[in-house]
Amino acid sequence: MKRVGVLPGFGLTFGFTVLWLSALVLIPLSLLFFRAASLNLREFLDVVLDPRAVASYRVTLFCSLAAAIVNAIAGPIVAWTLIRVHFPGRKLLDAVVDLPFALPTAVSGIALTAVYAKNGILGSKLAAIGIPVAFTPLGIIVALTFIGLPFVVRTMQPAIEDLDPTVEEAASILGASKWQIFRRIIVPALLPSLLTGFALAFARALGEYGSVIFISGNMPLKTEVTALLIVTKLEQFDYAGATAIGAVQLAASFVLLFAINGLQWWSARRTEGTNA
Amino acid sequence: MMKKALLIGFTVLFLGVFLVIPLGAVLAEAFRKGAGAYFAALQDREALSAIGLTLLCTAIAVPASVIFGVAAAWAVARFRFPGKSLLVTFIDLPFAVSPVVAGLVLVLLFGMQGALGPLMIKSGIRVVFAIPGIILATIFVSFPFVARELIPLMQEQGDEEEQAAMLLGASGWQIFWRVTVPKIRWGILYGVILCSARAMGEFGAVSVVSGHIRGKTNTVPLHVEILYNEYNFVAAFAVASLLVLVALGTLAAKSALEWKVRNEH
Amino acid sequence: MNLLTRRQALLSSAAGLLSACGGGSGTPSLRNVSYDPTREFYQEFNKAFLAKWGKPVEIEQSHGGSGKQARSVIDGLEADVVTLALAYDIDAIAKKGRLLPTNWQQRLPNNSCPYTSSIVMVVRQGNPKKIKDWDDLVKPGVQVITPNPKTSGGARWNYLAAWAYALKQSANDESKATDFIGALFRNVPVLDSGARGSTTSFVQRKLGDVLLCWENEAYLAKREFAAEALEIVIPSMSIKAEPPVAVVDVMVDSRGTRDIAQAYLEYLYSDPGQTLAAKHYFRPVKGQTSTLPEMQLATVQEVAGGWTAAQEKHFDDNGVFDRIYKPGSPAS
Repeated sequence: MKRVGVLPGFGLTFGFTVLWLSALVLIPLSLLFFRAASLNLREFLDVVLDPRAVASYRVTLFCSLAAAIVNAIAGPIVAWTLIRVHFPGRKLLDAVVDLPFALPTAVSGIALTAVYAKNGILGSKLAAIGIPVAFTPLGIIVALTFIGLPFVVRTMQPAIEDLDPTVEEAASILGASKWQIFRRIIVPALLPSLLTGFALAFARALGEYGSVIFISGNMPLKTEVTALLIVTKLEQFDYAGATAIGAVQLAASFVLLFAINGLQWWSARRTEGTNA
Repeated sequence: MMKKALLIGFTVLFLGVFLVIPLGAVLAEAFRKGAGAYFAALQDREALSAIGLTLLCTAIAVPASVIFGVAAAWAVARFRFPGKSLLVTFIDLPFAVSPVVAGLVLVLLFGMQGALGPLMIKSGIRVVFAIPGIILATIFVSFPFVARELIPLMQEQGDEEEQAAMLLGASGWQIFWRVTVPKIRWGILYGVILCSARAMGEFGAVSVVSGHIRGKTNTVPLHVEILYNEYNFVAAFAVASLLVLVALGTLAAKSALEWKVRNEH
Repeated sequence: MNLLTRRQALLSSAAGLLSACGGGSGTPSLRNVSYDPTREFYQEFNKAFLAKWGKPVEIEQSHGGSGKQARSVIDGLEADVVTLALAYDIDAIAKKGRLLPTNWQQRLPNNSCPYTSSIVMVVRQGNPKKIKDWDDLVKPGVQVITPNPKTSGGARWNYLAAWAYALKQSANDESKATDFIGALFRNVPVLDSGARGSTTSFVQRKLGDVLLCWENEAYLAKREFAAEALEIVIPSMSIKAEPPVAVVDVMVDSRGTRDIAQAYLEYLYSDPGQTLAAKHYFRPVKGQTSTLPEMQLATVQEVAGGWTAAQEKHFDDNGVFDRIYKPGSPAS
């Protein structure tokens, strides 16, 4: 295989990576497509283009995107504060960031519903000013923001830790403005990890089931997410239909992740180019 | 000063609304009947067996994630090769796969109606609805974490130092252990923390392949679901809060390690 | 709890891993794969059965949504006996999994249903919306809580109970009954995925005015949430919910557990078994008199011609239930 790089270990690490991915990801997931292929094209289209299914894609995509954007804006600020700004309770807040991973998704869903329902601590106040949260698309966005937050914060933290404050100081001494430092030093260094975090939070949201079903209300056409539709099909022992929708969801996530990874690779090359 | 206050204010508010208040709801429920009921819930025989199974899964999933992560990050961040974006996308895929689908795929593979299942069941090997299936599901949802931490970090760091070491005559393993590992250890640590948190907390995929046999194939999240469905809210949230404590504990361990490393310098 | 037993619990997980690969030995076990609302009943029943059986045996319980449990058995979950919410799910195990003969329902008394149940309504203290019967559920401004019939066995019974009433009111006019069901589900603000999720929505989240649920679940909820002072409303008619049980032939023959599995299910029909069922608010089928109020009950056979037909007509994709939520329909 043609490759650029002078360090040793390419064959070993590349081979191992490909082997592992094939065994654990490619072969099992290809079964999904194989099973969906038991439908003919007409049946497949009927299943995946059913108005209920299309409505669920819309809800899932919209809420996932909204949640990922919230995380992409708030995440870097949170990560930066947790690393660079020292204040009492910082360590504790830092620890809390992992919560959405550690809590079983069902527990998260129940806890969020309790807090954001009309009789909940926050839900009651928001409902009073005309913003119901639980059992609306906004509730789904809240759950997905919760689920995705660690992806953005935790991918950005090592990159921020790795930023050398002396470089920023040096730039400042050399007369760079704050904006220039931000634009020329901080953004290029953090952009890859921000994009990664965004992509992962987004992708995770697309498939989320456990936390969403409690807070969404699951009303067909309005707050029914795609993952629930897959479960619905399984309940009818309809494996072909379930795998068909699963395959569509997987293909969509794949295209999305691939586009963002491509973008990242392109931006990395571009910044490399300007540095040289 | 103004800026600092703004940053702190935003962080506290955002994390408060999204994380701390829901956490408070969990803890408040867990301790609603006092500390006695809380600890009784944790010492129940089925709770202990669920904790044992969850620890077992995590003990296998985390090393798997570290080994895979370091290898994958080395290949991706240190070399250029065609199809790199594709490879990285495949690494990301387990995050994007709905947990329900992840479990379903294991059933399609190892279930009685599945591709390999009938053969394996005949030879006495049970994967789904037994512990191997639960471990596989856990590995599937958690293995990309270390790789995903390391790839952007190593890309950002570049490989000048490794190249310098190589020019000075260091072998591949020497470069890796003496130059690369010290540079990426925080990334590995964050990856391990996330991976273990996710491995312990996974619900959807494990739920599909577990069979929910009490005291046997229930992990901590599944045990929580059972308790909740029995209207035993105190016990359910008590056991769930255990996972929160683990997350806080790993962070404490990280802080201690950080402190130790800083003092060594 | 001392350190030793804690270690044992951890070790037993590791041992489970090994036995999962190797076959395992030791105490024989009997595995009962059941649905959600039977947890409390089987907990007590298992103890009674063990005392009666006398020989050492470990009874393993698995609970979950009825459909999901059936699917797990079809896909290889080793179940000696299945005790599910509806015959349709055991039919699936017979047809798709070929794990027991399709005439399984003839093998035990009363169509293999050792206890029956029904669907009732639960309202809040004082019944503020004055709900007395099914007609009250379609009134504007009344919110009805029921789980999703597509994902919950209990919800399918809820639906069929309403359908039975509507058919009777309209003298078997199906289009009128369809309108009635549509009007009822337009009053449903959230569709939880399972029966106990619905109960939580109703009790904890204070959603809705009336909860439709299993009779035994209604009494359990009333007891568990005593502080809420929930009230149970018995409608003028309802459905006879028949949760069936069966021995899974292929599994018991390969595991050598047929005798105990058969004895276990037969014990459900015995006096102690029936008494326990009554205690947990199921309706016993033999001898015992139930303390539950008399109700006028229709069977699935009467209102829909059996479960296979009911599933196909009402709950499968593009069935009557799905048509309530078609874009452009009043519910959307």
